[in-house]
Amino acid sequence: MNLNPLTRFDVIVALRFMREGLMQTTLIVLGVALGGGVIIFMSALLSGLQSNIIHRTLNYQAPIRILAPDQVARPLRQTGPAAVASQVQPRAQQLRSIDQWQRIRAEVLRIDGVVDATPVVTGPGFAQRGDATRAVSIIGIDPASYFNVIALDEKVVAGTGDVGPTDIVIGTELAKDLGTAVGDKLVLALANGTMTTFSVRGIFDFGSKGINESSVYIALRSAQSMLDLPGGAASIDVKVRDPFAAETIAQRLRGSADVHVDSWISANAQFFSAMSAQILANTLIRVFVGITVALGIASVLVVSVVQKSKEIGILRAMGTARGQVLRVFLIQGGVMGLIGALIGSLLAWAFLVLWRNVATNPDGTPLFVVVIEPGLFGLACALATLLGILAAVVPARRAAQLDPAVAIRG
Amino acid sequence: MAEPAGLHATTLRLTGLRKSYGAGTAVATEVLHGIDLELGRGEFAALIGPSGSGKTTLLNLIGLLDRPDAGSVAIAGDDTQSLDQAALTELRGRAIGFIFQYHYLLPAFTALENVMMPVLAARGRLDRAMRATASGLLERVGLAAWSDQKASQLSGGQQQRVAIARALAMNPVLVLADEPSGNLDTGNADAVFDLMRDVNENVGTTFLIVTHDPRLAQRCDRIIELVDGRIVADRANADVLRRSPAAGPASSP
Repeated sequence: MNLNPLTRFDVIVALRFMREGLMQTTLIVLGVALGGGVIIFMSALLSGLQSNIIHRTLNYQAPIRILAPDQVARPLRQTGPAAVASQVQPRAQQLRSIDQWQRIRAEVLRIDGVVDATPVVTGPGFAQRGDATRAVSIIGIDPASYFNVIALDEKVVAGTGDVGPTDIVIGTELAKDLGTAVGDKLVLALANGTMTTFSVRGIFDFGSKGINESSVYIALRSAQSMLDLPGGAASIDVKVRDPFAAETIAQRLRGSADVHVDSWISANAQFFSAMSAQILANTLIRVFVGITVALGIASVLVVSVVQKSKEIGILRAMGTARGQVLRVFLIQGGVMGLIGALIGSLLAWAFLVLWRNVATNPDGTPLFVVVIEPGLFGLACALATLLGILAAVVPARRAAQLDPAVAIRG
Repeated sequence: MAEPAGLHATTLRLTGLRKSYGAGTAVATEVLHGIDLELGRGEFAALIGPSGSGKTTLLNLIGLLDRPDAGSVAIAGDDTQSLDQAALTELRGRAIGFIFQYHYLLPAFTALENVMMPVLAARGRLDRAMRATASGLLERVGLAAWSDQKASQLSGGQQQRVAIARALAMNPVLVLADEPSGNLDTGNADAVFDLMRDVNENVGTTFLIVTHDPRLAQRCDRIIELVDGRIVADRANADVLRRSPAAGPASSP
């Protein structure tokens, strides 16, 4: 059986009609190409921007953080009918462990979508070396599970992130401020005067000056000991497979245990609302560009039906069925959409490559990584073809309904 | 060339054919007032009449391009009254060939492709046999050497010959020619007429030719005269034109 589409009556006539009106076809194909190119370029750019921001945020922040519930001041229960004016002062929050954190962690690990959960002990302190002192946030970690949640090991630019009982990993900025390198000694001091000496095991760079100058990592047990939280965990950091499912999982956790749960989504609510607005604006632009392209195809085909009404009449007179005439114009719409999208894909690809080279940081690295996904081009081509076919429905129906006797008479 | 499809002795039978335009309005006009006509297999007939007599309307009804208000059209024994639009289209493509005054070739296609077009539309797909048949038809009309030329690159006479080949592509039982030589000079008009005559005599295809050219009409076996929507004369190879007051050059409505 001959399955070559180029031997089909409707395909042959459609392509020949398009070739006959080459100027019209070229102009509308270019219109589709520009529209499609803009949509693909914007989509890739927005997707790159979003994934870049998300990646940077989740670089050093766990998607979900479980903490001990806040300590609240409980006013004395009133007895008797007399009302007593009282002022309840909020309680100062002490550093304390999550009650039964091992059990909670085990439960969290059983939740579908959770990659890993790691205990963390965090507290304030000072890093000292010689005369230099810097305020830091001490983070006690269990490297084995912590690296599954926060890729600290991948951010280490010197030494290693695998901390032992007397090791410390510091950021590049802090290392610069204190003049330390891997192997040097460093003193961590607490406000209560406790001082412990650590050996710099590694230096990390999260790409954020604030993090690089104020966070230090030591072993979980060392932190528990220093911060007087023996066997405890101030928080459990949780990594989930889909970062956008973090809030759903967080809500589930809030209901199941007496803990305080933060997700990166609720913690960055402003960022998410800005991102939603950006997505909405982008979607609107894409929809309007799509409508413009569809109207362009439809108008060209409407004109074509008028121009070719005699030819359509002749085709009908010689036995061409209405369905065949309908398909001739639907195919034209689809082919215009497809060819336009293919050219648009090439344009978008060229612009994305140009963007990569032009939009750079002062050091020459890309402003953000734009991934050129072949799937996006495929999807754009499929959607443009469908759009072309839909745009051709009205003119195609008009052509199919032409009365051959009237069309031939003109 | 093979025998045309459908070996019924009567190629065309019209019974009580009526057609009005603007039906249901104040300006409704009946164009055909009950036409009865039969064309036998292999007939070569001319349809003459003054402008506005209803020739084109009658041709549209016979060609199944339009439906009558009353009466019936039977092609090779197939009554078309009960057929739906799709069946009419199928029958039209299979049994009737059209030749128009302005040839109406598809300008985007070559001469060969124009001839193949009715078969391609009927079968839905291109095949080698189609090309061979179309080449044979072009050879028959003397245009084998022009088969790859675009229709727009051919002369008026050549285009009309291609149109004749196209009309014969489906091996129809009936060819309807509407002023086939009306746009040609005398030499080309004679050549086109001779070609139709040749096909009629050798293949047995029935021809109904609308013409205003009395010279050509007289070369037909039968002359049917339509005046004011009625057949007023229907004679075999006679001098009807000389006696008819309506005869003479005029344009079709």
